[in-house]
Amino acid sequence: MNTHVKVTSTASADLSRRSFLVGSAAAGLALGYSAVPGLLGGDQALAAPANFDPSVWYSIAPDGLVTVTCGKADMGQHIASTMAQMVAEELGSNWKDMRVQLASNDPKFNDPVLGAQITGGSWSTMMNFDAMSRAGAAGRMALTDAAAKAMGVPAGELIVRNSMISHPKSKKSMTFAEIVKSGKITKTFTPDELKAINLKTPDQYTLIGVSVPQLDIPAKTNGTAKYGIDVMLPGMAYGKIITPPVRYGATVKSVDDSAAKKVPGFIKAVTLDDKTGSTTGWVVAVANTWANAAKAAAALKISYDGGPNARLSSQSLLDEAKRLQALDDSGQFFVKDGDTAAAFGTAAKVLEAEYTTSINIHAPLEPMNATAEFKGDILHIYSGNQFATRSGAIAAGAAGIDPKFVVMHQMWLGGGFGRRLDADMMVPAVQAAKAVGKPVKVIYSRENDMTMDYSRPLTFQKVKAGLDADGKLIALNHDVVSAWPTKRWGIPDFLSPSVDKKGPLDAFTVNGADFFYSVPNHNVRAILNEMAHNATPSGQLRSVAPGWTFWAVESMIDELAHAAGKDPAQYRIALLDGKGKNDGGAQRLRNTLLAAMGMAGYGTKALPKGEGMGVACVSSQERATASWTACVAHVAVAPSGEVKVKKLTVATDVGTQVHPDNIRAQVEGAALWGLSLAMYEKATLKDGGIEQKNFDSYKPLRMSQVPEIAINVIANGDKATGVGEPAVTVVAPALGNAIFNACGARVRALPITAEAVKANMKA
Amino acid sequence: MPNLNINGRNMSVEAPADTPLLWAIREQLQMTGTKFGCGAGLCGACTVHVNGEAVRSCQTLLSDVAGKKITTIEGLSARGDHPLQKAWIAEQVPQCGYCQSGQIMQAASLLAKNPNPSKDEVVAHMDGNLCRCMTYSRIQKAIMRAASEMRTASNAGTERRAT
Repeated sequence: MNTHVKVTSTASADLSRRSFLVGSAAAGLALGYSAVPGLLGGDQALAAPANFDPSVWYSIAPDGLVTVTCGKADMGQHIASTMAQMVAEELGSNWKDMRVQLASNDPKFNDPVLGAQITGGSWSTMMNFDAMSRAGAAGRMALTDAAAKAMGVPAGELIVRNSMISHPKSKKSMTFAEIVKSGKITKTFTPDELKAINLKTPDQYTLIGVSVPQLDIPAKTNGTAKYGIDVMLPGMAYGKIITPPVRYGATVKSVDDSAAKKVPGFIKAVTLDDKTGSTTGWVVAVANTWANAAKAAAALKISYDGGPNARLSSQSLLDEAKRLQALDDSGQFFVKDGDTAAAFGTAAKVLEAEYTTSINIHAPLEPMNATAEFKGDILHIYSGNQFATRSGAIAAGAAGIDPKFVVMHQMWLGGGFGRRLDADMMVPAVQAAKAVGKPVKVIYSRENDMTMDYSRPLTFQKVKAGLDADGKLIALNHDVVSAWPTKRWGIPDFLSPSVDKKGPLDAFTVNGADFFYSVPNHNVRAILNEMAHNATPSGQLRSVAPGWTFWAVESMIDELAHAAGKDPAQYRIALLDGKGKNDGGAQRLRNTLLAAMGMAGYGTKALPKGEGMGVACVSSQERATASWTACVAHVAVAPSGEVKVKKLTVATDVGTQVHPDNIRAQVEGAALWGLSLAMYEKATLKDGGIEQKNFDSYKPLRMSQVPEIAINVIANGDKATGVGEPAVTVVAPALGNAIFNACGARVRALPITAEAVKANMKA
Repeated sequence: MPNLNINGRNMSVEAPADTPLLWAIREQLQMTGTKFGCGAGLCGACTVHVNGEAVRSCQTLLSDVAGKKITTIEGLSARGDHPLQKAWIAEQVPQCGYCQSGQIMQAASLLAKNPNPSKDEVVAHMDGNLCRCMTYSRIQKAIMRAASEMRTASNAGTERRAT
C-alpha cells in the first residue's frame, strides 16, 4: 500500500481554502461483510485505502485556528479534544487556537492502527497517540522550515511555542497564521522520515498531562451541541418505529393502517425488508412530525408471527447455558495451559462455583436515531455512530446500493457505551426515506430503544479451582457461556483463533479470563449459547467481557483465599508473581492493588459489625491492551440483606495521563456504571421480549445512590492506556467480596439483591 | 394555532393543542437544546421552565402552557453565561452532554428559590434527572459553586446599594 505523509500549502487564490494539511497512514485491515450476504457483491470487502489523502488529521487556517478532524466517535469521553491535545503538544500551538470537527466515513479517516472507523475497547488514545504526535511534529517542522526561510535564519535556532515561532537572537517572530498566510510551506515526509521524527520526551511536555478545558464542553452547556437527534433537513419527515413483542425473529403478517390514515400529517406505514438481518418485524410510521408519527404508530394494527424465539425467557437461556456447559465437547479453548485434569487429581481441595450476570441494556440517554437522505446517487446518513465503517455498509444494504455511495455524517453521541457500534437504526431511516421520497429522521421511543437493545448478554460461568496443601492455586477451569456479540458482526478479523484449533471464537466474551495471575494449569472455554445468540442479539456494553469474566474470577479468587485461610488481598499479591508471560503486567496490577488498599486503609482497623471491605483487581480490556485497576469496596449490610455502599476506592495505572481531569471523570463514570450494573440494572426476557421498557423498571443509578468515591490515578510513564472502561469491571466483585466480609453471604449472581444477600447469610 | 411565550418571545406553533411541548419546541421552533429522553417524565432530559417551575416538557401539552412563560436552555441566559452554565464549564461537568440541558434547567429552578441549598436538598431536587455518563458528583459541585457565586454577586449588589 502506498502510504505517505505530505505537508503542502496550496497556492490557491482562495485564501479560505489555503491551509496546510498533515496526514498519516492507515495500516490495512480489510473488512469483509459475510453477514450481509449478496449486498456487497459476494465476498467483496471494503478495501483498505490504497492511496492515502494527506489532508486528514488537521488543518491550519489563515487565521491560525487549528482544526483537528476526529475519526473517533465522541460519546462523552472527549476523544476529539484529546486528539487535539496530542496534536497541539507536538505542533506547538496555543490551546485556545484548537478546534475539532468530526470525520465522515471516508476511509482516509480510518484509525491508523485498526484500519477502520470503530470506537471502542478504550483503544482510541493508545492507538492514536503516536500517529497524532507525529502528525503534530511534522506540521511543526514544516512551519519551522517556512519560518526560517522567511526570516532568513537557521531553522535550528527557532523556538515554537503558543502558535508562535520566534528567533531569540534576532528577536524576530512569526505567528502560525502569518506563516500559513505566506503560503510558502512545502514539505513532504516519507513514511520513514515520519517514523524517524524524534518526539518529545515526557519531561518536555507542556500540554500532555495538563487538564486543558475540553473543547466540546461549552456547547454542551447552552444547548448548541448537535446530536444525531437534532439533525434538521429541508422537507424532512419523521419516522416512529413499531417493534414487535419479540426481540428477534418475528415477522409482520399484516398491517392495517385505516385508523392511522385519520391522523393528520400521516404519510405512510413502511414495513421493513431488512436483508442485513439487523431487525425483524419492524414497521415505520412516517408523518410530518414525530408527535404525529407516534400517534399514527399507535393507531396501526399490526399482526405478527412471533417466530422461533417467541416462547423463550431468561430462564430458558440460563437452562440452555447450563446444559451446554455440562457437555465435554462444548465450545473452544481460549486458554489451555498445563494439564488441569491431572492437577485436579493431585489437589488437596477443589472448589466449584457458578456465576451469572443478567441481560443489561445500554440505554444511552439519546434514544437511537438516524436521518437518511437520498441525493442523486448518494445516500447521506446523519447519526451518531461508533462504527461508521460497518454502519455505512448496513445502510447501503438497507438501500440496496454499494457502500461506496454512502456518506456517514458523524454527530456528537448522546451516550454510546457500545450501543452505537450497531447500525439497526440505519435500516428504518433508509427504507422510510426511500419509500416516501423525502429525507426521514427516525427516532426510537425509549420503549423501542430498550426492548430492541443489542444488550449485554446473559452469562453463565462455571469455575472449578484446585488448591494444593498449602492453599496455593494449582488448577483452574473456567467456562464462559453466552451469546457472542462480535460473531454477529460477521467480520472475521474481529474473531480470534481458538487454542484447540476448533475454529474462531469471540474473544470479546472471554477477555479478562486470561488474567495476570500465575496459575500453572489453566483452561478457559468460550461456549456459544446459540439460543441466546438468536433470541437476544447481543452487543458490546461498556467494558464488554471483563464486565462478567472478572465477576467470576475475582469472586472465585476471594473464595479460594477464604478456603485457604488467607487474606484475599495478600492471596492475590502472591498470585501476581510476574512469572513468565505475566512479567510486567502482574507487577503493575499488584502495585495498583496496593495503592487502592493504602488509600482505603484496608486491613488497618477493625470495622463495625455488619460492615466489610472487599478487594478486586482487573486487567481489562484485552490482555494486549490492559490497564491496571483495583478497587476496595466498603459496605454495610443490614440484617434484611440491604447493602449500603459506603465507599469505593479505585486505583488505576494508566501509564501516561494525557488529561488528568478527564481520566478522573472517566474512571468515576466507569466505577458508577460498575455499581449500577452490580446493584440496580436488570433486564429479563419473557415470551421472547425484553420486559423492561422504560426507566421505571430498568433503573440506572441516580444521584441519591452515589456513594463516596476516592480515585487514585497512577502515571508511571509507561504508554497511555484506555480509561473509559476498566473501572466498570472491578466494582461488582469488590462489592461481592465486601458483602461476604461484612455478613458471610456469598452472592454469585448480578445484580446483587437484598433477597440474595439475606438468603446466603450464615444463620 | 397555539401561541407560545418562549424565552421572552411570542411565537405561533403549527401543531395541535395536544402536542407535547417538547416536540413543538424541538421540531416547530427548531430549538434542539431541550432533549427527548424517555417520553414518560422519568429522566428529566426535556426539562424546561414554565412560569419559573421546572417541568418535563414531554409530559406537558401545548394546551397546558397557553399564556404561560416558557424558558428553555437557549433562553436561560443571553450568552450562555448563567452562573450554572459557567459553573458547568468550570467543573467540566458534561461528558456526552445529552442530559445536561435538563440538568441545568432543573438546577436553575432550585437556585431561584433556594440560594443556599444543602447537599441533601440538591440531591432531592436533582434525583429525577438521569445522567447515564454518571457525572452526578460534578453536577453537585457545579450547583454548589454556582450557588456560592450567586450569593456573592447578590451580596455585592446589596453592598453597593447600601453605600
